[in-house]
Amino acid sequence: MSSQPIPLHLPGEEPAEKIGVYVCHCGTNIAATVDVAEVRDWAGQRLEDSGVVVSRDYKFMCSSLGQELIEKDIKDLGLTRVVVAACSPHLHEGTFRGACKRAGLNPYLCELVSIREQVSWVHTDRHAATDKAKAVVSGGVERVVRNTPLEPLRVPIHPATLVVGGGIAGIQAALEIANAGFPVYLVEREPSIGGHMAQFDKTFPTLDCAACILTPRMVEAGGHPNITLLTWSEVVDVKGYVGNFVATIKKKARYVNTELCTGCGICQEKCPKKIVDEVYEAGLGYRKAVYTPFPQAVPKYPVIDVPNCTFFQKGTCRACEKLCPTNAIDFTQKDELLTVEVGNIILATGYDLFDARRIPQYGYGRLANVFTSLEFERLTNAAGPTNGDIVLRDGKTKPQSVAVIHCVGSRDRNYNNYCSAICCMQSVKFAHLVKERTGAQVYNFYIDMRTTAKAYDEFYQRVLEEGTLFVRGRVAEVTDAARLPGEAGKLIIQVEDTLAGKQRRIPVDMVILSAALEPRRDAKQTAHLFGLSCSADGWMIEKHVKLDPVATMTEGIFAAGCVTGPKDIPNTVAQGAAAAARVLGMIQRREIELEPIKASVNQEQCSGCRICNNLCPFNAILFHEDRMVSEINPALCQGCGTCVAACPAGAISGTGFSNEQILSQIDGLLMLNVARQSAAVAA
Amino acid sequence: MSGKPKFAMYWASSCGGCEIAVLNIGEKILDVDANFDVVFWPVAMDAKYKDVEALEDGAITLCLFNGGIRTAENEHLAHLLRRKSKILVSFGSCATEGCVPGLANLSRPQDVIDTAFSTISTDNPQGVRPAFEYAVPEGSIRIPVFQNVVRTLDQVVAVDYYMPGCPPESHQIAAVVELVIKALHGQAELPPKGATIGAGASTCCDECPRQRNVKTIKQFVRIQDVERIDPDLCLLEQGIPCNGPATRSGCGALCPKVSAQCIGCYGPAEGVVDYGARLITAFASVIDSKDPAEIERILDGIPDPAGQFYRFNLAKSLLRAGKPAWAA
Ligand SMILES: Cc1cc2nc3c(=O)[nH]c(=O)nc-3n(C[C@H](O)[C@H](O)[C@H](O)COP(=O)(O)OP(=O)(O)OC[C@H]3O[C@@H](n4cnc5c(N)ncnc54)[C@H](O)[C@@H]3O)c2cc1C
Ligand code: SF4
Ligand code: SF4
Ligand code: SF4
Repeated sequence: MSSQPIPLHLPGEEPAEKIGVYVCHCGTNIAATVDVAEVRDWAGQRLEDSGVVVSRDYKFMCSSLGQELIEKDIKDLGLTRVVVAACSPHLHEGTFRGACKRAGLNPYLCELVSIREQVSWVHTDRHAATDKAKAVVSGGVERVVRNTPLEPLRVPIHPATLVVGGGIAGIQAALEIANAGFPVYLVEREPSIGGHMAQFDKTFPTLDCAACILTPRMVEAGGHPNITLLTWSEVVDVKGYVGNFVATIKKKARYVNTELCTGCGICQEKCPKKIVDEVYEAGLGYRKAVYTPFPQAVPKYPVIDVPNCTFFQKGTCRACEKLCPTNAIDFTQKDELLTVEVGNIILATGYDLFDARRIPQYGYGRLANVFTSLEFERLTNAAGPTNGDIVLRDGKTKPQSVAVIHCVGSRDRNYNNYCSAICCMQSVKFAHLVKERTGAQVYNFYIDMRTTAKAYDEFYQRVLEEGTLFVRGRVAEVTDAARLPGEAGKLIIQVEDTLAGKQRRIPVDMVILSAALEPRRDAKQTAHLFGLSCSADGWMIEKHVKLDPVATMTEGIFAAGCVTGPKDIPNTVAQGAAAAARVLGMIQRREIELEPIKASVNQEQCSGCRICNNLCPFNAILFHEDRMVSEINPALCQGCGTCVAACPAGAISGTGFSNEQILSQIDGLLMLNVARQSAAVAA
Repeated sequence: MSGKPKFAMYWASSCGGCEIAVLNIGEKILDVDANFDVVFWPVAMDAKYKDVEALEDGAITLCLFNGGIRTAENEHLAHLLRRKSKILVSFGSCATEGCVPGLANLSRPQDVIDTAFSTISTDNPQGVRPAFEYAVPEGSIRIPVFQNVVRTLDQVVAVDYYMPGCPPESHQIAAVVELVIKALHGQAELPPKGATIGAGASTCCDECPRQRNVKTIKQFVRIQDVERIDPDLCLLEQGIPCNGPATRSGCGALCPKVSAQCIGCYGPAEGVVDYGARLITAFASVIDSKDPAEIERILDGIPDPAGQFYRFNLAKSLLRAGKPAWAA
């Protein structure tokens, strides 16, 4: 028998790609630390075997001239792959992919590798940084060769919007969208919308009555045909992606049938159980176990506070049920879960006030006549516990002298480094109100005055002229230990007056602490629920502080108002409107292109082990019982890679992140490509 | 010598099971003899290394090489047979992944030798240890040097095909032999070089008849501690750490079919670079707890992670990549 030649297949050599490498200076951002020209020359020479046919550097690759360089090379040299060594994909991947697309190259054949965030900004040794930049470029080149052209997926955008938080930010955003003709679900955790603004009497700098400007909007939002108002409710689950979110909302039982309730208020009047109202009245006033937080509440329907209701705790009472003229009380109500589909989400969950007890030397909670800013707002409020009389804790004595302390918990390394933005103006407002209503002498203790917005400094000047004394210095202590004549029975402010350069002790009757605005206590959980992140201070992170302040890192989720940091009402309202404009822009587009970075299951390789089945955060994986294989719904998949990592059979791969791409990028980073070539040359 | 294509089989660092599996292919072994001229196969026939050295380069058409590379002799034969063979098959788990001998990469060579020469069942009253070189009146005698680590065949020479299994299943060997013979006659094409042959495209679960559900694991138990194994339910779902999900199919799920967990002898699935890492992520993904202390407790149910996840794959693992684990 004669032996036949064996048809041995040699591994087919990759079709040679023509790669262009573009090294950006980023002004001096990169060029100061990385020898850009050296990286350019090195890539041109040492990566030639990998397919690099041209390498250039440029001062600003992202400029139109920089982009034109790439476009021209694609057309003139027939480049089939592009590597840009510059900032981060987050910033400019879209820019360079766009340039490639304009020149007729599939955008996904362009790789942006970071030599700024990952090299020049984190190194100081120019030599080492240049070497690392070469390695990063080498990794990008090896990877880009294995990139495949991808086409974006188009999905429709659901026209409805979910607004979370019914403060002024959320109300503004909801109204803008509703008035443009699109449906909104406005979810508020408290029994009424309004947020913090509903607690104030007057607002700086114009001293408008807060209720006068807020209530009409609350009423409009409450009755708007396009707004589904869900108060006493919370979002408990969010799934999906831009254009197609599915949110589950828990409507807590009100125990009041809103179909029957007329908002007459008899139940609250007759309920025998009185409770200190820590939320709306900031602890200064009372409410009942069945209550609306304030008379102008929207909606007008009360809720029953179960832990404090005698019937729920002891099984007796039922006063409200007996006396309700429309039989609206219903103790059998249960929490309800509601699922809504929305295209976009706006987070407007606002802030919490700094707990002034954390600074014990200011005496809050220990010295009766030390008040927080929110308590003071309630004191001045005509509808508040004292009907707007500014009096001491005893409820009757008018103060003769009042101290307002700025920056309590703000601009203080022990608490929060940031400036709370509104406290200066709010403290000036307090000074004015005290003066106007009591004639008392007012002292404001400040570190710096920040009165930058429209009409703010004018208001400050006015208050100065009214005779308020401004002392520059951080208050050391508020004490009731009298040492000097005239201090007995007073609160003494111990402070270094930094302008006069001396220590002062100023006795007063009342102290108001302008406490910092802080992230909501549950901000982290909220961020987690919506897949967002918080900064080190705890505020929700916006996509770009300057250029994209109302967007977040998650497409289709926006943020407005104090949820991203302290703001006054004008800024909050502007953000609410801006977020609405962004959402309306999305709705108008009707459909959106999704990144084609998706996972998919190789049906041959899948063994149906079902390891992946429960892992997808977007519920994109389904299991076919009949064929015993798993499959991924590409419209739901966000390309997070969780399942790709978990599949023990290696049956799932992610476009743009195949094993081959990642491993060859690592080879490139380790310069194994260059080493292999050198070895081949030597052999 | 006849004009038939030449066949060779060699055992490097291995147990001999692969040879038995080949002999176990039954009457197909006659086809081997009919179609090939067996030039070198230490277990079956007498031949000297110098006979192989005398062959022209590329003279052997098919060489099945089993066993990992542990000694200088193993390495020498790997190079020699690579040079002499057209098709070099990395045969069985030892050659392909290092297999159980590869677990020795966790220990220093001296410790391996000390252990081997001082087990309870070893009768070695004088505490004798092997000497790699020994002077006798006629000169010096050498035995092959015991290298620092076990390497896989492809970490030493280029390999054309891989055949997994500890040992490869006889029916798979028969199929491969048949395919090569057909290819020799121009009746079939060989798969592209570098391919894994004689195995399935999926994993063990694909061939396992047990009922599977969405997986959530609350505990791992050692199989000997389970009182009653549900004969129909996936072992992993019963807390028995079955390596089936990560192990290449091809064996017919022999172990899980008889209620023994898959231990992974068929190696990783197609395209998987590191078997153990894959399996670790997979197990970790389905542990049903968010409480660190509880997770810790669940993981304590796997007392020997190296043995569980890398029993066959340590030498090939990406983590170790054939480097000594004990060296810093
Ligand atoms: C004492 C004081 C005085 C001030 N005076 C003035 C002033 O005079 N002029 C001025 O311009 N600014 C003033 N401000 C600032 C003003 O309060 C804010 O600019 C404004 O209230 C921010 O509105 P917002 O909607 O972002 O947040 P918020 O008012 O905090 O509203 C957020 C809403 O979201 C709800 N919510 C929170 N979490 C959830 C959740 N998970 N699910 C559902 N709902 C949720 C809350 O219940 C709340 O209703 C003052 C601030 C303070 C502390
Ligand atoms: S983990 Fe992989 S093999 Fe298992 S069911 Fe999912 S896709 Fe299939
Ligand atoms: S990559 Fe996998 S886990 Fe992630 S979204 Fe897609 S299907 Fe879900
Ligand atoms: S018993 Fe093992 S092989 Fe069978 S399905 Fe379960 S994990 Fe897979």
